Amino acid sequence: MKEIGELQLPDDVRYAEDHEWVRSEGEKTRVGISDYAQDQLGDIVYVELPQVGVTFDKGEEFGTVESVKAVAEFYMPIGGEILGVNTALEKSPELVNKSPYGDGWLIEVKPADSAELDALMTRDVYLETLKGIE
Amino acid sequence: MKESPGITGLILNEPLLWEKGKKGRRGFSLPRRDVDFCPLDESLTSRTLDFPDLSEVDVIRHYTRLSQWNFGVDTGMYPLGSCTMKYNPKINEKQARLQGFAGAHPLLPHASSQGALKLMFELERLLAEITGMDAVSLQPAAGAQGELTGMLLIHAFHKSKGVRRSKIIIPDTAHGTNPSSAALCGYRPVPVKSNEQGILSVETIAEVMDEDTAGIMVTTPNTLGLFEENLKEIAEVVHSKGGLVYGDGANMNAIMGIVQMGQIGVDILHLNLHKTFSTPHGGGGPGSGPVCVKKHLEPFLPVPRVVQESDRYVLSEDFPESIGRLHTFFGNFGVMVKAYSYIRTMGPDNLKKASQLAVLNANYIKEMLKGTLHLAYDRPCMHECVFSDKLQQPHKVMTLDMAKRLMDYGFHPPTVYFPLVVNGAIMIEPTETESKQDLDLFIEACKAIANEAQQAPQLLLEAPQKCKVRRMDETAAARRPCLAG
Amino acid sequence: MRYLPHTDEEIASMLQAVGKNNLGELFSTVPEDCRYTGTLNLPEPLTEWELNDLMGALSGTMAASPEYTVFVGAGSYEHYIPESVSYLLSRSEFVTSYTPYQAEMSQGTLQAIYEYQTLAARLLGMEVANASLYDGASALAEALLMAIRITRKNAVGISSLVHPHYRRVVQTYFEPTGHQVLELPRLENGGTDLSPIHGIDNLAAVAVQSPNFLGCIEDLRVIGERAHDKGALFVTCFTEPLAYGLIKNPGGQGADIACGEGQSLGIPQSFGGPGLGMFASKMEYVRSMPGRLVGQTKDLEGKRGFVLTLATREQHIRRDKATSNICTNNSLCALAAAMYMASVGGTGIRELASLNHDKSEYLKQELQKAGFKIAFTTPTFNEFVVEFPRGFDVTYQRLLEKKTVAGLSLAPFYPDLANHYLLCVTETRSKEDMDALVREVTS
Repeated sequence: MKEIGELQLPDDVRYAEDHEWVRSEGEKTRVGISDYAQDQLGDIVYVELPQVGVTFDKGEEFGTVESVKAVAEFYMPIGGEILGVNTALEKSPELVNKSPYGDGWLIEVKPADSAELDALMTRDVYLETLKGIE
Repeated sequence: MKESPGITGLILNEPLLWEKGKKGRRGFSLPRRDVDFCPLDESLTSRTLDFPDLSEVDVIRHYTRLSQWNFGVDTGMYPLGSCTMKYNPKINEKQARLQGFAGAHPLLPHASSQGALKLMFELERLLAEITGMDAVSLQPAAGAQGELTGMLLIHAFHKSKGVRRSKIIIPDTAHGTNPSSAALCGYRPVPVKSNEQGILSVETIAEVMDEDTAGIMVTTPNTLGLFEENLKEIAEVVHSKGGLVYGDGANMNAIMGIVQMGQIGVDILHLNLHKTFSTPHGGGGPGSGPVCVKKHLEPFLPVPRVVQESDRYVLSEDFPESIGRLHTFFGNFGVMVKAYSYIRTMGPDNLKKASQLAVLNANYIKEMLKGTLHLAYDRPCMHECVFSDKLQQPHKVMTLDMAKRLMDYGFHPPTVYFPLVVNGAIMIEPTETESKQDLDLFIEACKAIANEAQQAPQLLLEAPQKCKVRRMDETAAARRPCLAG
Repeated sequence: MRYLPHTDEEIASMLQAVGKNNLGELFSTVPEDCRYTGTLNLPEPLTEWELNDLMGALSGTMAASPEYTVFVGAGSYEHYIPESVSYLLSRSEFVTSYTPYQAEMSQGTLQAIYEYQTLAARLLGMEVANASLYDGASALAEALLMAIRITRKNAVGISSLVHPHYRRVVQTYFEPTGHQVLELPRLENGGTDLSPIHGIDNLAAVAVQSPNFLGCIEDLRVIGERAHDKGALFVTCFTEPLAYGLIKNPGGQGADIACGEGQSLGIPQSFGGPGLGMFASKMEYVRSMPGRLVGQTKDLEGKRGFVLTLATREQHIRRDKATSNICTNNSLCALAAAMYMASVGGTGIRELASLNHDKSEYLKQELQKAGFKIAFTTPTFNEFVVEFPRGFDVTYQRLLEKKTVAGLSLAPFYPDLANHYLLCVTETRSKEDMDALVREVTS
C-alpha cells in the first residue's frame, strides 16, 4: 500500500467521495477511479461496466471491480447517459492499476446536470479527506 | 527450539494425466463380452473421446505422488477456525464401505432396505437428542444446503400463515453462506453489528426486528469463538414479532451435552456432520448438513421422510406441507453412516468430554499466545479463538505472511481473514483430538514466527520455502483463467 | 477413549494454565438459563468390534450385489469400480485434507481437481467444468438459476422426461423466487415435445435430459436450435454420463450448460449419496458459474502450479450476491471420477459404453421375442421401458424373493404408464442374469 505522499493526485480532475474521478472533455466527461482506490484494491482482475445508452443517477451503482479476494462497486459521481465504456479493460484490467487517470478510464458520460460536477472535490479537498481516513 | 515437524520430505514431480500415457494402454479390467455387438446408428455416436490411455501403474503412481503434496489431518495439526478439523476415525470409513451400504440402490423396495432406513431413523433421533430439537431431516448435502433448507422452512412457515416477509437479520460475524442462502430464498439480509464484547446485544436486534422480518440467522458460539450470551432474550424479541430463529450449528463442537439449542429459543438448526461428527472433509467434500427443527416446523420438512410402521421402516412422501426435495434421493447416506458410527462409538459422556476438551484446548492456546499475537477479544473463548496481526504490522508483516511461514514449520495455517469484523483475523480451532504435546509444538512455532517477524521478517515474506510450490500468482490465474488442459 | 488424547494430568496442567479449577468452569460465559443440566439420552459407547457387529447386521439386510441381481437405474447405476480406484481414494492425504484454500499445501487436490475439470469438460464436449456440486438434481437447479441470471428472463422450460426427482428439486429451489416452470410433455416415441415453448416470450432456458428418464436418447441438436431461436439458453442434463463414451455429447450439439449426475464414474451407489454434481458451460458464461474452479498458474519461481480462482463469484466473498451459496462440495467424489476416467481411458470408455448398450439391447430383444412390448421406439443407451401385463407386481414379488429386482415401476412417476417398468442393464449384468429374468417373467 502506498503512503499518502506517494499517491498520484492530478489537478485536472475532480474527485468524488467514493474515490471516483471526473474529467470534463466538453460534451463527453470521463470517469475513473483514483490512485488511492486502485492501490487499496490491489491487482485488479476484472471490471464489469454498463451498457452504452443506459442512464444512471448520481450515486447509483454502475459497475463492479474485482481483485483476487474482493469485489467493490463503482458509483456515479455525476448523473448522466453512458456514451462509451473502456472496452480495453476486458482484456487488460490491469490498466486501471497502471494508469488510473489515463488508459485505465472506465466510462464516458453525458452529464445530466453540470452543477453536480461543481459539487465534486478539488484535488486539495480530496487529499484532506484521504488524510482523515488514514 | 526443539525440532519441528516441518522438514523437507520426499516430494516428487508428476505431470498432468494427458501429459503421460500412450494410446492403447489399459488401466481397467474390461468385463467379459457375452452378447453380440449391436452398434448404434452412426448419426447418434461420437468420435473417440479425447482421454489419455494410462496403465494401472501410471494411475497408481500418479495419484500416489499427488497425495504426497497434500497435508491432511492425518499428517498434522489443522487448526482451521470454524472447520472443526478433528480426527476422522478409520473404523467409520470401513462401515461406509460395507457392500450392503455401498452397493445399495436407493430405489430398492422398502422391505429390502431396512438396514439403511433404520440407520437413518436412528441417526435422526440421536441428532435430535444432542441438539434438544424435535425432528430432523438428513437430506441436505452440506451445511450451505442445510441453510437453504432452513430458509425454505422459514418461508413455508410464514406462507402457511398467509404472510410474506422480505428480510432476515444477519450478524456481521456470519459465515458467507448465511447471506447467500438467505438471498437464494429471496430474503434481503439486514446486517447487524456485534457489540464491543464481540456478541449481539438485544437492543440492536430489537431496533431492526419488525413484522416484515422473517427471522434471524445466528451462530453460537459465533465465529469469534464467543457464546452469544444474549441469545435467549434475542429469541424472545424475534418471536414476539412472529419471526423465527435459525441457528447455524457449525460450531456445535463447543457445546455437546452442555447447551441444547432447542432450549434456548432456536427454531431451526443445521449441523455439519463433516465438522462436529468427524466425517472427513475429502479435500472440499462431501459433507452432510442435517436440519433439526422444533415441532411447529416439522410439517414443512423435506420429503421423503423415514417413518416407523409397527416393526419396519418406510419412506413416506405423505407430508402435504413439505417444502419438497433438496436432493435426488435421501442425502449423503455414505456420510451419515460415518457420523452414526461416530456417535455410537463415543456415547453421551465422550461427546460431552469432546466439547469440554475442545474448549480447553482453545483456551490453552489463547492463554499461551496472547501477547505474542494480538488477541482480538480478551474474554473467555469457546472452541476457537481469534487473534490479529496488529502486533506484527509495525514490522510490515501481515497475517498472510505468518500463515505461509507456519507451513514451513509443518502446520496447516489457521483460518485467516475471517471473520471480517477483525482486521487480519487469525481464527484458531484446535479441536479436542490434538494432544497437549501437539498444541505446545504449535504454540512454540507461533512464538518462533512472531520472533522472526521482528528479527528477520524476510523469512515470513518469502514463505513458504519448503513446500512443493511457493506463493501462487493468483492475479494471473484470475485475469487469464486457464481452467482446463 | 482413543480419539481423546488428554491424560488427567495434562487436563489438570492445562486448567491451571488457563486459571480454571475444572472443565465446567470453562463455560462461565454460558448463562445459567442456557445450560443443559441433564445427561444426553444416547446409547452407551460401543467397542470397535461391537460396532462392526452392529453395522454388519444392518448392512446385511440390504438387497445389494452380488447377493441380489438388480435391474434398476433411474439415477443410480451399478458399475464395476476398479480396485485401484478404491485403493487410491483411501489415501488419507486426499481424504482428511480440507478445501485447498492454502494452495502451497494442497497441490495434490488442486492438480487432481484441475484434471477432473478437464476430463469432465472433454466428456461433455464443453469448454469449462467446475470442481463439483452436490448431485445431478441441485446441479440442474443451479443451471437454471444461472441461465436466469445470464438472460435476465424469468421462465424456464423443463422436459417432463427429466428425472422426476430432479424436477421436484428444481421446484423446491424455485418456490420462493417467482420463476416460472413450463413442463414440456412427452412424444409418443419417448422424446420431448417442444411445442409449448412457442407461446412463451421470456424463456431463459430449455432443459432436457439425455438419455432421458425413460432411457431414450433425445435429439439434442434440434432441441438446442429451437431453444436458441427463442433466445433461451440450452441446458442439458444427464443421470448416466457413461453414455457419452458412445453417443454424441451435449457440447457438440449446442448445449450452453451441461449438468448431471456423475455417480457412474467410479463412485459407489451408497443408497443414493454422496454422488457427484457435474457442471459445465461455455467459457463466456464462466463468471456466472456456481461452485469452485481450479486454475493453472505459476508460482513466484515460475513453477507450474494450481490454485482456486475466480473466487469472487463465491459466497465467502460475494455473500448475498454470490452465484450460489455452495461451500463444501463433493470434491472427493470428483477425485474418484477423475481416477476412474483415467483408469478407463479413451479407448476403454468406448468399449465399456458399447458393452452397456449392447447388453441392454440383448435384454430388450429377448423380452420382445418373449412377447413383451418395448414402449418406445427411440434408441436407448442402457435403460429402456417395457410393458408388463397387469398383475405383474405378483411376479415382481416372486422375483424379489429369488433375489432379483426386476426394474422400477413407472406408475408412481407417470400415471399414464402404469404396468410399465424401467429396466437397466450395465456391464455388471451377465447374459445368464438376463436369460434368467426373461425366463421368470415369461413363466
